[in-house]
Amino acid sequence: MNLDTILQQIFNGLQLGSIYALIALGYTMVYGIIRLINFAHGDFYMIGAYASYGLFSAIGATLFFGLPANQATIIMFIISILGSMAAGGAIAIIANQFAYKPLRNKPRLSALITAMGVSMFLEYFFSALPVIGPSYRGFPEIIKKQLFPIGNAVISNYFLIDVGVAVSLMILLTLIVKYTKIGKAMRAVSLDKDAAKLMGINIESVITVTFLIGGAFAGVAGLLAGLTYPRIYPYMGILPGLKAFVAAVLGGIGNIPGAVLGSYIMGIAETFATAINSLIGEGIAFAILIIVLLVRPQGLLGEKIADKV
Amino acid sequence: MKRTSKLIYIVSIAILIIGLSFFGCKKQSNEILIGGVGPVTGEAATFGQSIREGCELAILEWNQNGGVLGKQIKFIYQDDKGDPTEAATVWTKLITQDKVVGIVGTAMSKCSLAGAPISQQNKVPMVTPTSTNPKVTEVGDYIFRACFIDPFQGTVGAKFAYENLNARKAGVIFDVGNDYTKGLAEFFRDKFTELGGTVVAFEAHPTGTTDFKAQLTKIISNKPDVIYIPDYYNDAGLIAKQARELGFNGPLVGGDGWDSPDLFKIGGTAIENGFFTNHFSKDDPRPIVQEFVKKYQEKYNKVPDAFAALAYDSMYILLDAIKRAGSTDPEKMKQALMETNINVVSGLITFDKNRNPVKPAVIIAVKNGQQVYQATVNP
Repeated sequence: MNLDTILQQIFNGLQLGSIYALIALGYTMVYGIIRLINFAHGDFYMIGAYASYGLFSAIGATLFFGLPANQATIIMFIISILGSMAAGGAIAIIANQFAYKPLRNKPRLSALITAMGVSMFLEYFFSALPVIGPSYRGFPEIIKKQLFPIGNAVISNYFLIDVGVAVSLMILLTLIVKYTKIGKAMRAVSLDKDAAKLMGINIESVITVTFLIGGAFAGVAGLLAGLTYPRIYPYMGILPGLKAFVAAVLGGIGNIPGAVLGSYIMGIAETFATAINSLIGEGIAFAILIIVLLVRPQGLLGEKIADKV
Repeated sequence: MKRTSKLIYIVSIAILIIGLSFFGCKKQSNEILIGGVGPVTGEAATFGQSIREGCELAILEWNQNGGVLGKQIKFIYQDDKGDPTEAATVWTKLITQDKVVGIVGTAMSKCSLAGAPISQQNKVPMVTPTSTNPKVTEVGDYIFRACFIDPFQGTVGAKFAYENLNARKAGVIFDVGNDYTKGLAEFFRDKFTELGGTVVAFEAHPTGTTDFKAQLTKIISNKPDVIYIPDYYNDAGLIAKQARELGFNGPLVGGDGWDSPDLFKIGGTAIENGFFTNHFSKDDPRPIVQEFVKKYQEKYNKVPDAFAALAYDSMYILLDAIKRAGSTDPEKMKQALMETNINVVSGLITFDKNRNPVKPAVIIAVKNGQQVYQATVNP
């Protein structure tokens, strides 16, 4: 492998990692607040992809008929980001309200099994819906692809969009968690639920907001994935969802910077492992996870918490 | 009340069985019965429809020319629903009740694999139009097929890349979890190397993945003249797109899994400068193909696909064998089938010792979002 190839593979890994990161954030936030591994999270991502697909099919470019193509594309893109966020967030809130909330004080295993049920329900329900259906759909190319050579490596405007959107949303999330009232409440609930309740924090509304943000991020990830890998289908969330979960665990589940770090490590490790040997590439990526967890069971940035007696 | 209904039930079943056995005994000496099987309902319904139409067109032509052995041909077509159990049932019905002398069927390999042992046991020769799995004809010496088997496409793809595209360095990317694409990839590599080319990268991807950039970056960094992508259309479209994104502008080559309108929906313009091996092209200039396309369009008012063409060919192969055998004796028919040397829509067909056809493949080029006939490559 020469230098240009390595550079190209790093770009590939960053692009992949950005999508993982957006999904992993939702996993880690929900886990941080209610200690639930929300397996349906990958399906929120799928719904985000379909929502933006629907938006593109419904309005297309006709709405902005008078505008020049460039501006119409930008408006279209912003609308689709908001649309996919709204769809992802809405489905997350609905799932929380109907499936997770009634089980809040039940054993954690019940909620975990329910999460798997929600995941399967969304997958099969959507593949049974006639407007969506079980087959693959080609995602429209709303933004014209442009290539920018860097040395012998190439990056596309899609790379810039993926990484740009992911990084700006991550910065936004950090600001929310650090500097807003709801962020403060989230941190409090994550630290000690009962104490937070005693301090007058409305736990349920904090949980709802957490699901909203997590679902919205997954929705955007779905949009980006649809644009970058233009093939969507109701089961598209399973594999990225699983990998994002692994990334969240790698970084230390419950830890927001950890999820981002874990995702980029995961993306780059997967890319390089595949480049070294494509037959066992994915295996290598997961072997890294096992080794990291053997050495640091709490994940890279996770804090060691002693079990309460 | 209960007893009477039970009695009625038993009696009606008895009548049904007796009736059916009379039906089975009925001898029609002025007709030759040929069976056909295909999935007319279920997930692959268009396959079965095409097979039926291809068979019926062939029989119509033979009957207009006086039938075979001086008798008219009667066609009995059954639906296997794309289900192996159903296939076994209809196979048994065709052989034991209808007493057909030969069967053309069916589309899917899994269903043909269910029917083939029944044909073999009862010594009723069968020709499957489109089951590409090598195992189908391995069932026994009464089982033949009209399509080429999976490995052959890889070989043809390599030959086309080396000789027609003048490629000397090739990259290969395939789905490690799918025998079809893996088989094609391996045979491509072997043939391409044998011809004197170099396979610069032979990369696998897991099933269901959407990101192929790691593999493609590795392939492209070795500067191949051509990339071989023996995946189905939806993966092939994504791979093509990502290959173009990484700056590869050379030709892409694939197999018959590319044959779908969705290839363009997913691949868009990236799939341009792509070529794939297929069984049949409606644009093939050979007169026999053009005549078939014309007749088919007149009768069914649509363009024939590869399934219709191969079913038409299968029927011709079977009837031609009966004609040369001079009787419907299974032994003689089998012998005549082995000696097949017939020019049909998908090319000049002979059988190798495993009863697989030795025949050319068609190369289809992708130009301006359309499939265009490019060349015919002989084995």
